[in-house]
Amino acid sequence: MEYVSPEGLRLDGRRPMEMRQLRAELGAVSRADGSAVFEMGNTKVIAAVYGPREVQNRSQQMNDKALIRCEYTMANFSTGDRLRRPKGDRRSTEISLVIRQTMEACIMTHLMPRSQIDIFVQVLQADGGTRSACINAATLALADAGIPMCDLVTSCSAGYLNSTPLLDLNYVEDSAGGPDVTVGILPKLDKVTLLQMDAKLPMDIFENVMQLATEGCKAVANYIREVLLENTKQLENRRGV
Amino acid sequence: MEQRLANSLIMTVNEKKFIENALVSDIRVDGRRPFDYRNLTIRFGSEDGSSEVQLGKTQVLAFVTGQLVQPYRDRPNEGSFAIYTEFSPMADPSFEPGRPGDSAIELGRIVDRGLRESRAVDTESLCVIAGKLVWSIRIDLHIIDNGGNLVDAANIAALAALSTFRRPECTVGGEDGQELTIHPPDVREPLPLILHHFPVAVTFGFIGKENIVVIDPTHYEEEVMGGSLTATLNTNGDVCAIQKAGGDGVLQSVIMQCLRIASVKAGDITSKIKNAVESYNTQRSLRKIKRHNPSPAVSNVAKHHTERLVLGANEFNVGSQSNEHDTMNEISSTANGFSNRDPNSQSVDTDALRASQPSCATPLDKLNEESTQVNPETKSTQQSSDMNSSASTHEATDIGLQENQSNTLKDAVKPKHKRRKKSTSNVNAS
Repeated sequence: MEYVSPEGLRLDGRRPMEMRQLRAELGAVSRADGSAVFEMGNTKVIAAVYGPREVQNRSQQMNDKALIRCEYTMANFSTGDRLRRPKGDRRSTEISLVIRQTMEACIMTHLMPRSQIDIFVQVLQADGGTRSACINAATLALADAGIPMCDLVTSCSAGYLNSTPLLDLNYVEDSAGGPDVTVGILPKLDKVTLLQMDAKLPMDIFENVMQLATEGCKAVANYIREVLLENTKQLENRRGV
Repeated sequence: MEQRLANSLIMTVNEKKFIENALVSDIRVDGRRPFDYRNLTIRFGSEDGSSEVQLGKTQVLAFVTGQLVQPYRDRPNEGSFAIYTEFSPMADPSFEPGRPGDSAIELGRIVDRGLRESRAVDTESLCVIAGKLVWSIRIDLHIIDNGGNLVDAANIAALAALSTFRRPECTVGGEDGQELTIHPPDVREPLPLILHHFPVAVTFGFIGKENIVVIDPTHYEEEVMGGSLTATLNTNGDVCAIQKAGGDGVLQSVIMQCLRIASVKAGDITSKIKNAVESYNTQRSLRKIKRHNPSPAVSNVAKHHTERLVLGANEFNVGSQSNEHDTMNEISSTANGFSNRDPNSQSVDTDALRASQPSCATPLDKLNEESTQVNPETKSTQQSSDMNSSASTHEATDIGLQENQSNTLKDAVKPKHKRRKKSTSNVNAS
């Protein structure tokens, strides 16, 4: 099947190096300390952050840093066929672990010892790149909650189909069986914190694809910064500053 | 979501600082250089498709089994495989029995990703009847001892077990081509799986603020490290999977450097696995041949071995096991046959053998028939080729065997050359 037409257009009309449209909204869940909705094209993800608060399970309390918990779930209606997913299935557990470890790298946990920060991420619409959207949403939610972080974490995915590196795969391109590289970076420090890849790819092509995904992450970081600045201006207005 | 398991390893600040400081001068606590692997030992069990890997102090067992099932609806002519991991509580005080925890699931998914997406296991050859019956391969990984770097050890164990697994041959017959016959292993030789390439996992740990990179971390280093990267590569220069699940950030150049180092290490490990599998296969074919009539070239050496050989030696070690190593050397030195006291052969009719000795051609078939009656595990084609290549001395060997079995005590005492004279005198007499 042709994923890149001879004119250089993908199935949804994008160019190979073009990302999908980004949309973010802060404060969607009023009860949570911080929340955000993040959309990458048709993929829509909602994240809620509770914390820092007292550790619920005393045995897990850490005396020198905060305990980070993360839970990733996909809503039943998120994919094309309505599936009843078991809560603790392997994929969800792995992605929860990945998101937790990624956010742990950027949250300044040593500033909040003996406390707990919960990150809940739920996928409302899944169209490829849910992992990246979840990390971006979690970053926004943590910023909305005012939790100190050393840098934002942004994430984007890239693939390689029809001998072309493609940025930000959607579901059809993802299930084509080609490689899928998900990268998460700390933009200001320019360091890679999350890197996952599946399917085979020769090493030099992998470097190109990873580079492309990193560029995508930087574009997401710019957008997130704009959203946060806008949000802060609105808060200032409300306070009458 | 339980990341703080009870009884998890608690390291003192001194221990952590010691590991980090030693790494600044390129020294690791167990004496290795930063990019050295620990000793790798690959052993196989008595059954096809079972392996045990020891990487330093880490021990992992892998078992591969197959079952005929209905295929998935969207993949009607492909088989499937699934990986199950079990972190045995004996491996580490922090492992709990019951449902696999986070790290167990992550390990299973890393090994799975390396095999599945890169198409290392050929699933199309597992199809028996399209849309109705396919082989479903199940790989069970058991962690016996956690000495650090479970992912690499488990991956190697899975690859070794997959290479030695044999599935029974099935033929589809009947009028409508739907009737299935599964041939038992003694009737038809079971078939190995088709593996296109070997995806080998190499794990790196990033320790300290300066992100010093170490390969194959021990469990102490795992406690200290801020992040880890597991790269699964094959020897064709392809990257099959990468897992860097958060943790400290590293520069892109460091990642590419790690990948280059990993490709070198992957080549080493692949050759080790292939050597181990090859010697296992040679042992296996030797074991098969012992059930049939042994070749004449080794008749004398064979007799010498009769008393000394362990019946159906169970473990064929590739690593350093001194006792069995000697017998293994002897086995491998004899070309393709060693005889032992196979109880079935005693029931072969010695009179028929003696009678058949003068002429070579026709009695061969008779011997064939008799042995097939007696020995249910014979394969007629292989046997006839064996027979044809070794004519009269072949029967002599059998008779020699008979004689040998009846007076082994004497043989144990008598030196070798006297026994040789005895066998030749047998041939001359008849």
